[in-house]
Amino acid sequence: MKYGYYPGCSLEKNARAYHESALVVAKRLGIEFEETPDWNCCGATEYFAINALAGYALVGRNLALAARQKLNGQGNQLVAPCSACFLNLSKTDHYMAESPELAEKVNSALAAGGLSYEPGSVRVRHLLDVIVDDIGYMTVAEQVRKPLYGLRVAPYYGCLVVRPDYQHIHDEPEYPLCMDGLLKVLGAEVVDYPVKTHCCGGHMTQISEETALEMIRRLLKSAADYRADVIVTLCPMCQLNLDAYQEQVNKHFGADYHIPVLYFTQLMGLAFGASPKEVGIGKEFVDARPALAKIQEEPPQNAKQKRSRPPKGALPMPSMLSHHKGGGQ
Amino acid sequence: MNALTRASRASPQTFMQEVVAATPGGDTHLELCLQCGTCGGSCPSGRDMEHTPRQLFAMIAAGMRDEVLKSNTPWYCVSCYYCMVRCPQEIHITDIMYTLKRMAIKEGYYQESTAADAPDFSETFIDFVENYGRSFELGLATRYHLKHHPLSAIKMAGFGLGMLARGRMDLRPTKIQNIDQLQAILTKAKELSNGSFEPGGAS
Ligand code: SF4
Ligand code: SF4
Repeated sequence: MKYGYYPGCSLEKNARAYHESALVVAKRLGIEFEETPDWNCCGATEYFAINALAGYALVGRNLALAARQKLNGQGNQLVAPCSACFLNLSKTDHYMAESPELAEKVNSALAAGGLSYEPGSVRVRHLLDVIVDDIGYMTVAEQVRKPLYGLRVAPYYGCLVVRPDYQHIHDEPEYPLCMDGLLKVLGAEVVDYPVKTHCCGGHMTQISEETALEMIRRLLKSAADYRADVIVTLCPMCQLNLDAYQEQVNKHFGADYHIPVLYFTQLMGLAFGASPKEVGIGKEFVDARPALAKIQEEPPQNAKQKRSRPPKGALPMPSMLSHHKGGGQ
Repeated sequence: MNALTRASRASPQTFMQEVVAATPGGDTHLELCLQCGTCGGSCPSGRDMEHTPRQLFAMIAAGMRDEVLKSNTPWYCVSCYYCMVRCPQEIHITDIMYTLKRMAIKEGYYQESTAADAPDFSETFIDFVENYGRSFELGLATRYHLKHHPLSAIKMAGFGLGMLARGRMDLRPTKIQNIDQLQAILTKAKELSNGSFEPGGAS
């Protein structure tokens, strides 16, 4: 299956690890990406605050370029790995369909650049949704070579993939499970913690640091309380806030969190047998290597298995608890 | 031009109508607010807001234009869409927050709010987008922080070095090939937005 691909500004640089690992994973799963030629920035959360119509036209240019891509002969699908890009592309398509007046205005603007876009002609997808819904857990499972046994992961969805859900992905806006399922397929131990769809603070780190650090702290604290080794994300903004600001959170609140924040595609790549370097491990601020060193060859004896009788003559397993440092308060 | 905007020239609009007309993208349902408070209770930055979204909507209904546009509330909205998926009336809350930001900028009110730097952050961000077609983190960080937080710019420098060392930040912006096309589109869009979707923009 061939999809259009809209990497977005973050994946070009700050979230290069996401881009690289996404390509590794896509290749293994037989997903073909064709980058939308000459795409521009989606405007993040900034353009709509300044000029709404220009904000929609900015995104409209990307949709118009994506619609022109000759992919499968059928309706084009455009994959965005960044949550904000995904939201802005889907929102523009959705509101242009809802409001003929907006569609007409965006199209008059696009015409100044020789372009046009008919709402609904591109189906915007998030990378996670494509992997879970189109490819499916079974196909993913077939690719697993090095299961992530023993790694406790906190799936962090954040906001914009699950809310407001203009694309009707098959999941819940407040208690999504699709990434949980995916990580289980990889062999990881998935932590069910209460803040997985809370906000990372978005651009607040730049505007009101107090507000942002508190939002980041709540997420780190919950992941630490539930003894997660890694927070797993699907968004460059969430990754940046939780990873690059973790030290500042520690300073500000006198805490001591050391929770690496990785993209779900990085863990998929590792489980598929790719090297850490191939999936961009090493670009994170909070070093992921100590956590990844916890990955075991064998599935750990979890609570359910413990109840079943151990094989005769088996040595007692060390308790998993002793491996986990609480990390902070 | 939509009917509301046209009407606005002939007869005075209520503040509510003005907000609705300036919010593109289908029916905002703003006038259906029940004052149930679900939005405020769901808001992650609610504790820093001068008014909860619910209060703000009551103030809009009451025509308290100045107080609404001076409120810091829209500037603390992080676009998390929690309120929007929970609102029983399906009010486009997040979009209305964006509209209020635009109105406050246009009328110069935001300078009195506690989040007075926020518009400049957005402006600086889009300035790079308009000139290059892509965002540019290093340029944004340096220009914005030197202007607004010269002291924290030193802290930001450390942060920037960390980003550079990890190959996570470019030293130069990337320009798209067809920047002329993008600029023509944006110029036209701004022209068209005079008179619709923009507060009081009728020329
Ligand atoms: S949740 Fe909706 S109906 Fe309830 S107060 Fe907020 S905006 Fe009004
Ligand atoms: S979208 Fe804005 S107003 Fe609504 S809950 Fe999130 S931060 Fe609060």
